[in-house]
Amino acid sequence: MSEAAFYPALTEIFRDVFMREVALRPDLTARDVPGWDSFKQIEIIVALEERYGIKFHTRELDALHNVGDLARVLAAKTTA
Amino acid sequence: MAGLHWLPEPQDWRARLSAFSAVAEPSWDSAVALANLRLDFVRTNTLDATVRARLGSAPPRGLATKPVRLALLGSGTLTHLQPGIRVGALRRGLHAEVYENDYGQYWQDISDTESALHAFRPTTALLALDGYHLAAGVTASMEPEDAARALDEVVERVVGCWRGLRAGFGCQIIQQLPLPVFAPLLGENEQRLPGSRMAFLARVTAELRARADAEGVDLLALDQWVALDGLHAWHDGGMWHRAKQEVALAATPLYGDLVARLIAAKQGRSFKCLVLDLDNTVWGGVVGDDGLEGLVLGQGSALGEAFVAFQDFARELSRRGIILAVCSKNDEANALEPFEKHPDMVLKRGDIACFVANWSDKASNLRHIAAALNIGLDALVFIDDNPFERALVRQELPMVAVPEVSDDPTTYPRALADAGYFEALAVTEEDRARSSQYQANRQRDALKETATDLPSYLRGLHMELIWRRFDPIGLQRTVQLINKTNQFNLTTRRYTEADVQAIMADPRAFGLQLRLLDRFGDNGIIAILIGRMTAEDDLLIDTWLMSCRVLGRQVEPTSLNLIAAEAQRLGARRLIGEYVPTKKNGMVRDHYARLGFAPLDADASGASRAVLDLAGFVPAETFIDVKEG
Repeated sequence: MSEAAFYPALTEIFRDVFMREVALRPDLTARDVPGWDSFKQIEIIVALEERYGIKFHTRELDALHNVGDLARVLAAKTTA
Repeated sequence: MAGLHWLPEPQDWRARLSAFSAVAEPSWDSAVALANLRLDFVRTNTLDATVRARLGSAPPRGLATKPVRLALLGSGTLTHLQPGIRVGALRRGLHAEVYENDYGQYWQDISDTESALHAFRPTTALLALDGYHLAAGVTASMEPEDAARALDEVVERVVGCWRGLRAGFGCQIIQQLPLPVFAPLLGENEQRLPGSRMAFLARVTAELRARADAEGVDLLALDQWVALDGLHAWHDGGMWHRAKQEVALAATPLYGDLVARLIAAKQGRSFKCLVLDLDNTVWGGVVGDDGLEGLVLGQGSALGEAFVAFQDFARELSRRGIILAVCSKNDEANALEPFEKHPDMVLKRGDIACFVANWSDKASNLRHIAAALNIGLDALVFIDDNPFERALVRQELPMVAVPEVSDDPTTYPRALADAGYFEALAVTEEDRARSSQYQANRQRDALKETATDLPSYLRGLHMELIWRRFDPIGLQRTVQLINKTNQFNLTTRRYTEADVQAIMADPRAFGLQLRLLDRFGDNGIIAILIGRMTAEDDLLIDTWLMSCRVLGRQVEPTSLNLIAAEAQRLGARRLIGEYVPTKKNGMVRDHYARLGFAPLDADASGASRAVLDLAGFVPAETFIDVKEG
């Protein structure tokens, strides 16, 4: 799947985690979204792991800086 | 998979949550209903936040249960455990307010009488010390005596916390046993290395288990759950390093449920009675149709053995104080027969405190069982293989627990155990005697019909009845049903394949096979109708049979509509219905009278005929969508 194909699922997970709509774009970072702290970050990660049956590596998590990074890692992990 | 697998998967979760939020004053009961769904951690967190936003964080007025003030005390990150605990409590009708110590400060909180914990005055304290904390300082180079001293110190420190909590608050104390988070250094014989952290935690666990009883402490046995689900379902090493979460986020709904069931048990709110469906739950097959000999039960097949194992589990539960009852759609005599005569039945009539077998809807029968046993409906757990019955009971009686089970009886003991319905903190002599007391007191009153809102349930089922004329593809199934159906069978005429083919070829007869679908899926072919024109141009209903699975769902009047249409197509003026009594078809004695037929004649054997004039026939309105297909 292409990176773009993950945005609908990401939008759904962000909506569930933040309980409101979050307009996602590749350069969106945690600083841009009120409430996106390290705990919410873990919720997003674990929700994605459950949804796709994958496990993020510590290095992959450390290298995430924005939503685009997240989509890129997802695309890489789910096509591997 | 450390999840809530016994709860039903939410349909339209977002819509249901919005509906809850949209009401001006959302009710506590509607929040409880949402908590009784299979929620993952995201949904658990969302529900928790929504309920707190709409109902506030104080207990609702008039709450029937004692408000819970839970102190969550520990050494790692605990905040992510809170939503699961509050929702687990909500699931049991309990309101929980949760306090959490500042990071790592549990001992200061307990020992300092000026602390925030003391101001909070907990009714329950949960001591959740992680394995890394408990094994701190232990290392492989330790001498045996140093390791033994370290063990003593850790155990005494934990027991000291218990005593501090007891002295300070006199509250329920729950000790979480640590997750076995360490990798072995030796391997299979890890216990031979005195300074092994893995072996050390195993010893701490064993010691705490041994000390808890005398100290009046209840255990949260995470080690048992790890044995069941695997460590990786409960602990995520990466998230420990990242956020010091010992319990993995994905496991928090179950963790919270485990805490809540211990609190509920302490309040005496565990379930008390297991109500069993019979056909395909306690034995394989339908006793009314298959007969005693046709039941799948006992040695000789894996399925038969699985039913025996489930019965054995139920009997073990009853021997430790859980009341057993039966709620079955059957003639009572048929339902009782296996209990009295089948050699492989583990459960005997004497094990069942209240035995209800009739054709009323199960919600009404469960009300009767609760009344007869003089316990609340919220003390009943009802197990049934049939999704229709489960959904009906959940809608009509939301306080009755109905585990979501498959059609494989192998899974039933685990479903009941994992759900923790019968969580108990001690076993008393009274428990062991209870089952027989209830049986002595049981009432044998005939059931009174109780009003149940069936129409709204039936409407929500989205039933679709697909009918087709007999055809070669369905021939085998048609013949099988004609020869096997005993209970809902008006004439019990048995036909061969050749007989059925003759009906297919006869222009003055019809044969219909009916399939029923609903939102739970396809029930398969559930009814067979055969009609023949007589010399007098009446339509004789030669065969009308139906699976008892679909009783009470308006299939009967819908079938009559089809028969009438076929009869009119063939030019009939009247329908003639026959009833030929057998040992097993007593339930349809009044079938035609119920459908508005007038009595025509009867003979000495009890066989009777009834008639319906088609000139004035108005098709019945039902909740079933009818299609030819």
